[in-house]
Amino acid sequence: MSAAAPWAFEGYEMVVGLEVHVELATRTKLFSASPNRFGDEPNTHIDPVTLGLPGALPVLNRQAVELAMRLGLALNCTVQRSTFARKNYFYPDMPKAYQISQYDEPICVDGHLDLPDGFRVGIERAHLEEDTGKSTHVGGTGGRLHGSDHSLIDFNRAGVPLVEIVSRPDLRSPEQAKAYVSELRAILVAVGASDAKMEEGSMRVDANVSVRRPGAEFGTRCEIKNVNSVRSVGRAIEYEAQRQIGMLDAGESIRQETRHWDETDGRTHTLRSKEDADDYRYFQEPDLVVVDPDPEWIERVRASLPVLPAARRVRLAEATGQAPDAEAVLVVTDRDQDAYVLAVAGAGGDAGRALVHVKEAFADEGARPSLPAADLAVLTRMEVAGELTATQAKQVLAEMAAGGGGDARAIAAAKGFEAMDTSELESMVDDAIAAQPDAWTKFCAGEGKAMGALVGAVMKASKGQADGRAVTALLEQRRAQAFD
Amino acid sequence: MADDTGAPTAPSTAIDIAWHVRNNVESATAVVERHLAEIERRESDIHAFNLVLADEARARAAEIDEAVSVGRDPGPLAGVPIALKDNMCTRGIPTTCSSRILDGWKPPYDATIVTKLHDAGAIVIGKTNLDEFAMGSSTENSAFGATRNPHDTTRVPGGSSGGSAAAVAAGFAPVSLGSDTGGSIRQPAALCGVVGVKPTYGAVSRYGLVAFASSLDQIGPFATTVADASLLLESISGHDPMDSTSIQRGPLEITRQLDFGVAGLRVGRITDLPEGASPDVVERLEQAFDELRAAGAEIVDVEVPAFTYGLTAYYLIAPAEASSNLARYDGVRFGHRVDAPDTNAMYMATRTDGFGAEVKRRIMLGTYALSAGYYDAYYGRALKVRRRIAADFATAYERADVLLTPASPTVAFHLGDKTSDPMSMYLCDTYTIPSNLTGDPGMSVPFGTGDDGLPVGIQVLAPALQEATMFRTAAVLEQRAPR
Repeated sequence: MSAAAPWAFEGYEMVVGLEVHVELATRTKLFSASPNRFGDEPNTHIDPVTLGLPGALPVLNRQAVELAMRLGLALNCTVQRSTFARKNYFYPDMPKAYQISQYDEPICVDGHLDLPDGFRVGIERAHLEEDTGKSTHVGGTGGRLHGSDHSLIDFNRAGVPLVEIVSRPDLRSPEQAKAYVSELRAILVAVGASDAKMEEGSMRVDANVSVRRPGAEFGTRCEIKNVNSVRSVGRAIEYEAQRQIGMLDAGESIRQETRHWDETDGRTHTLRSKEDADDYRYFQEPDLVVVDPDPEWIERVRASLPVLPAARRVRLAEATGQAPDAEAVLVVTDRDQDAYVLAVAGAGGDAGRALVHVKEAFADEGARPSLPAADLAVLTRMEVAGELTATQAKQVLAEMAAGGGGDARAIAAAKGFEAMDTSELESMVDDAIAAQPDAWTKFCAGEGKAMGALVGAVMKASKGQADGRAVTALLEQRRAQAFD
Repeated sequence: MADDTGAPTAPSTAIDIAWHVRNNVESATAVVERHLAEIERRESDIHAFNLVLADEARARAAEIDEAVSVGRDPGPLAGVPIALKDNMCTRGIPTTCSSRILDGWKPPYDATIVTKLHDAGAIVIGKTNLDEFAMGSSTENSAFGATRNPHDTTRVPGGSSGGSAAAVAAGFAPVSLGSDTGGSIRQPAALCGVVGVKPTYGAVSRYGLVAFASSLDQIGPFATTVADASLLLESISGHDPMDSTSIQRGPLEITRQLDFGVAGLRVGRITDLPEGASPDVVERLEQAFDELRAAGAEIVDVEVPAFTYGLTAYYLIAPAEASSNLARYDGVRFGHRVDAPDTNAMYMATRTDGFGAEVKRRIMLGTYALSAGYYDAYYGRALKVRRRIAADFATAYERADVLLTPASPTVAFHLGDKTSDPMSMYLCDTYTIPSNLTGDPGMSVPFGTGDDGLPVGIQVLAPALQEATMFRTAAVLEQRAPR
C-alpha cells in the first residue's frame, strides 16, 4: 500500500477529516465502579451513577485518564489541563439527559499521525467522554426507532469511557482515510488504550467530507455517520464526494448536514440538517473538578509507551531491505510478527526470506508463531545458499510448522530436495527455448511476459524443483549470448 | 438528671440525649417514643413531614439499646432522633423532593450523610417537607401542601428546608438536616427560631443529595443550640470519595473552640449591604453588633460592593444548573410517567404533569440562560459576577474574621403572601445567596424577636473552612440573645 495517486474527479479534490470514537480498555466505567465489559446480559453492569439516579455523582476513573494520556502522547499530542462539560439533550438511552464530555478544554491537543507512506495527518484534539446506553427498537423495520412498537435499553454501555480523536481536515483520498484509520487502530492497540474493534463498536468513525477546486476555500462539509469498517470508510467517503461534486456540477449548493451511511445500498442519506441540530447548552460540569496531570505523571506515561507501529515498520524495513510501506512490512507488523522476523535474523537467518515466509505462511499465527525462530533461520540460510528453491522451501516450512519445529536440512533431505546440477538445468533451459521459438523471439525482443512461458516450461520439466532465480539468470545469459 | 425542683426532666438537646443514651440513663426507645408522641400531637397542624418513619425509628432505637446493654458505644449521636429533608436519598424509603415526578421512587442506596448518621448512632425519624426540588423560600411550593411555622401556624416556616426547620422548632426532633443552595437552611432557621448552618462548599458530601444546583448545594444542620449544630456538623463532614467536589480533609473541628469567645475577634459590618431588611430586623442586627462589642469583639466596617449583584447572578446560575440536573426526570427509568404515543410526547406529558409551576419556571429560565446566543450575556456574565463577589469577600475577610448580616429581611410572613409574586419571594434570599456563590460558610442563630413576637435570625458569615470561628461568634450571640 504505497502512496496512492491523489484522488481527483472532474477537477475537484476531496477534503476529509475523521472523528474516531474509541472505547478505552479500562476495568471500570468512566465515572463509576461498574465493570466496563462488552457482550454480557443486558443491564448487569449498572449502578446509581450509570443510571443517572437522583443524587448520584460521577467520580473520574484515573485509569481512563491515563489511557487517554497514553494514546494522546502516542499521537504526539500535548497533554494539558482539562475540564468536563455537560452536553444536554434528551434521548432514552442517555440516562442523565446530558453526556459528560470534554468540550472547550480537552486533555490532548495538537498532535499528528504519520501514515506508512510518510503523509502527516494533523490531530486537532483527543478528548474523554462517556458512552450512552444502547437502544433496541422492536417491531417496525430495520431496527430504527421510527415505526417500532417499543424499545429496549441496555445500560451496560452507558458510562463506558470513550476518547474522541479528531483529525484535522488533511485527508485527500479514500485510501488515505483508510490508511489513517488502520494506522490509528494499530497505535491504539499497541499502547493498550483500546481493543479498537470496529465490528464490535469499540471503534467508530464519523467522516467530515467536503469537496473543492484545489487551492480554493474549504467547501461546505457533511458529516457521515455509521461507518463501521475500514472498507466502509473508503466507500462512504468516495460516494459522498461524488454526490457533492454531482450537486455542484448541477449548479446546486451543498447543505451542511449529518448523513447516514447505508452499507446495503452504498449511499449516504440525510439524517438531520444543521438547522435541526440540538442546542446542547454546554456548560462546565459542576460535579467534577479540573484534571491537571502534573509533568511527572505525563513523563512517566510517555516513558512507558511501547515502540509504536511506525518505528517498528522502519526497523523491519531496514532489516529486510524493504520500504517501510511495503505490503509485507505492513502486514507482518500489523500482525505483531515483526519481532519474530527480527528474531529469525538474530538467529543467523535471512530477514528478507523470513519476512516473505511469515507473511505468506503465518497468517493464522499470532505474535509468537509456534515454529522456533532458529528453525526458520536454518531454512532461510539454505535458500540463500541456493540449497533450496523457493518452492521447495515452502514445502519444507509447511512440514516444520505442522510439527511445531524441525530440522530444515533433515526434512529437505527426506524429501529428496537437492540443489539441481547446473548442466542439467542448462539443458532444460535449452530444451524450453527450442520448444517455444515464438516465446524465445519475443523474450529476446524485450517482452518480459514471454519469460514466464519459458520459466514455466523449465519448472514443469523439473517438476518444480528448479530454482526460479537460477532459471531466470540462465535465460538472461542465453539472451546475452544470442546478441553477441 | 433532675432540675432545681428535683423532678426528672427529659433531655431535649442532641448532646444531652446522646449522653443519656450512652450512659444508659434513658433508653433510645424512650427518646424515640417521646418524639413520636410530640409528632402525633402537633404534626397535623404543622405538616413538617412527608413521611414519619415510626417503625424504622423504633427498630433502630432497639438496636441502639441493645448495643448499650452489651457495652458497645453507639456513637456521639447515640439515640438522637433526626429528621432529613426529603431530598436526601434513603435506601428503600421514598425520597420525593416534594415532587410528583418522583412518585413511587425508592432509592437503592443511602446518601453518604445517612451512612454517617447511622455510624454516629442517630435515628432517622422522618423525611421532611420542602419546596419542590428545594426551589422556594416558604415551603409552599410542595406537591404535598405547605408546612406551617410552629410559632404561628398562619405563617410560613421559610424554605426550602421549611419542614426540617419546623420539625426542630416544634420539638419533633432535636436536630435535622437541610440543604442550602441560596439560603434554604439559614432563612427557615431564622423564621423558625432555630440554629441553621450552611457549611463550606465541599465540607459535607453531596452524594445522595438530589441535586438542585450542584455548584451551590450544601447539606447542613438545624438544631436548637449552637453546640448541637456543631456536634452534628462534625459528624456529617469530612471527605467522601464518592463526591469529587468534597474537600480532601477530615471532619470539621468546631466544638473544641465553641467557648473561646469573641475577645479580639474582628466582626465586620458590611456598609454597602443591600437594603430591604425591615426595621425590627435591622434593630436586632445593631443589637447583635453591640453585644459582640461588649463581649470583646472589634467591630470593623467593610465593603462588599458586588454583594448586591448576588441575587441576579444566582437566578441565572442556579436555574441553569437545575435545567440540566432535572432533565433526567424524563419518565424513562424511574418515577412518574404519563404514557403518550411517542417518546417526545411522553417526555412532555410526564414533565408537564410531574413538575410544579416554580420548577418549570426555573427550568425555562436556566434553559434560556444557557442557550446558544444567550450564554455569554446571561450564564457567562453571571459566572463573572460570581468571581467578582468571591474577590470582594476575600478583600473584606482581610479586615474582618466574620461578617454579620440579617439571615432574612423579615420575620416569618403569612402563607400566600408572596406566592403570586416570585420576585418578592426571591428577595427573601438576598443576604444568604452570596455565601453559596463563594462557597464560604454561613449560619443563622436566633437573636430575639421582631414584629409580632416572631423570631429573628442573625447571620454569621466566615471564610471557607473557618467554621470554628463562625460558631464561636454564634455561641456568643446565643448566650447574649435578648430573652
